[in-house]
Amino acid sequence: MLQLFKKILTTGIVTEKYKAPKDDELEKLGIQIKRHIDKKFSGSIAIRAIDAGSCNGCELEIHALNNPYYDIERFGIHFVASPRHADVLLVTGPVSRHMQTALLRTYEATPNPKWVVAVGECAACGGEFGVSYASCGAVSNVIPVDMVVAGCPPTPLALMKGLLGLINK
Amino acid sequence: MSSLNWTTDLLNQLVSENITAEQISLPSTTLWQIESIHWQHYAELAIQQNVRWVAGWAEHVQDRFFINACFEKQGIYVLLRTIVNVAKPELPSQATVYPAANRSERHTQDMFGINFIGHPDNRRWTRHKAWAKHNYPLRKDFPLQGEPEAITPPDIDYPFVKAYGAGVYEIPVGPVHAGIIEPGHFRFQAVGELILNLEERLGYVHKGIEKIAEGRTPESLARLAGRISGDTTVGHCWAACRAMEQAAGVEIPPRAALIRGILAERERVANHLGDMGGICNDVAFVFAQMQFTRLRELWLRTNATIFGHRLLMDRIVPGGVVCDLSEASCALIKEDIILLRKELSEIMPAIDLNSSLEDRLYTAGYLSPEIASAFGTLGYVGLASGQDKDVRRDAPYPPYDQATFKVALEDQGDIASRFWVRYKQINAALKLIAQFIERLVAGDILAEWQTPPPGSESLSMIEGWRGEITAYIRFDADNKIARFYPRDPSILNWPALEKLTLNNIVPDFPVCNKSLNGSYSGNDL
Ligand code: SF4
Repeated sequence: MLQLFKKILTTGIVTEKYKAPKDDELEKLGIQIKRHIDKKFSGSIAIRAIDAGSCNGCELEIHALNNPYYDIERFGIHFVASPRHADVLLVTGPVSRHMQTALLRTYEATPNPKWVVAVGECAACGGEFGVSYASCGAVSNVIPVDMVVAGCPPTPLALMKGLLGLINK
Repeated sequence: MSSLNWTTDLLNQLVSENITAEQISLPSTTLWQIESIHWQHYAELAIQQNVRWVAGWAEHVQDRFFINACFEKQGIYVLLRTIVNVAKPELPSQATVYPAANRSERHTQDMFGINFIGHPDNRRWTRHKAWAKHNYPLRKDFPLQGEPEAITPPDIDYPFVKAYGAGVYEIPVGPVHAGIIEPGHFRFQAVGELILNLEERLGYVHKGIEKIAEGRTPESLARLAGRISGDTTVGHCWAACRAMEQAAGVEIPPRAALIRGILAERERVANHLGDMGGICNDVAFVFAQMQFTRLRELWLRTNATIFGHRLLMDRIVPGGVVCDLSEASCALIKEDIILLRKELSEIMPAIDLNSSLEDRLYTAGYLSPEIASAFGTLGYVGLASGQDKDVRRDAPYPPYDQATFKVALEDQGDIASRFWVRYKQINAALKLIAQFIERLVAGDILAEWQTPPPGSESLSMIEGWRGEITAYIRFDADNKIARFYPRDPSILNWPALEKLTLNNIVPDFPVCNKSLNGSYSGNDL
């Protein structure tokens, strides 16, 4: 137990301590996001992530938003388990045909007003997989998309910028 | 009498039973061609000698189907092939002998319309509702675009196994899960909190990878292979490139091989860090989750600095790699290793001594060595249940052919074992990276590509972070791919999850699942 506390104490809060230029940008970006969220969403937005057919690369970077460096929750952005609690759907992957109905139903289950963010090349345009017997391609071929975050996969920083862009809309 | 090489024994046995096996030598393996009526009997002979079933796939060539299965023992791989006519596409099943072949044969059945006679479970597997029952996407006359409906209906009538009785209830989960994970469906039958049965239904992220691979150039195939499973982008890309290089007779420069090794080991470390955090998180031990995700983030940032991509996508290309290492980069990698070692030396004792973590991870999700072996489980799943397999040691390829490292083996078979195997693999990986940097010779990082003659084929094996990846390639004319089949280790590990969750409580399912961490995308293709 002592070792555990010692490690917690010596690790400190990396979220604030880290001062590389990239992370200043992150900090600035986060504060901007926070202001917008405070104004428009009473302090928080709830995100539901849906993998509609991705290679799982995009999921890894969405996950990273919750690591102590990005700690996206401090800006009032949190991931929820049900679409019924969500304001924003983050959709990754080309939409596989086997996921098409599941995606449509998740979209319908999300209360209005809602926003859809297509995350990654695949979600934006079908990426390496395109449209085929197995893939519907871009997310916008299946549900309306409000914004696209490009990249294969987009970096956590790009994802944060994307969310800010959405909120600015 | 048994000889050193199992293939001699098996061939002798085939001869004694009047089964002719035509032997063809491929760049990396031997190919044995037998008549389709002997398909199952071959499996019976092979399993008697403890030969492992590795992978199975088919190919449509004019009016015939080539049906392939790969077998291994002692690091020696044999590709078994038989040919059936499109007019009568059937042969006896090997799944009756090798449970590991079960889903693979179902995949081949759905994609080619090949009937495996006597298959113990011939329900559809990869096919949901995106194409009709009597259409087969991997036949050459099936157009890439297929004939999909505007909205593909949900797969509601899949015949799941049922359980009846007082107090038995069913829990359907997915395809959309509560967390940020890939889609798939799990059907539980439970009594109280105890799991009586679990059935997986995968195939939701089937993207037609095998079909869209056809006709690609080597570069374009490498890009696709790097997206079979994003977390294994290095592993799959390497396996595909190695298969193509073998088929084309292209030798990669030693420097490129060393850099590939560094990339692969970095991928292993990154994923294990993520998984170890994830396992702890699933039993609400957030301290470890925060520490491991922090270390993973640092590790990925170094990837971005040195290689230009956090997950290392598209760094490996046919003929070599696209990123060279400067002196400064090598120094940074070495610093990184020292830092990670130090951090882990502080974190691991705190984890090891934690009784509540121990309480949740020890004995939970037990996978017996027998079941692990029957399913041919790979990587940390197999190693934690005594399956001593590692391609890097058993069938070494450059740069591992001159490396020394220990394969982490455990025999408890529980979640804790799978956790500690990962930790040991991280340590081994760090040593390997250091060795590769020491050995880094000056020279090219990319060999010139040569167009292989039409029909050239090859099979390659690479130890990805989840275990052995196999990739099969056959070239067409003009440098184009005729057939690509990648076998992710998840394909063999997933069925083990159905067994290791039995008699655990429902709330422990997430941690059982995380301890195995199969790739959905790599499975569904
Ligand atoms: S955008 Fe790239 S990382 Fe994301 S799902 Fe597509 S291939 Fe994978």
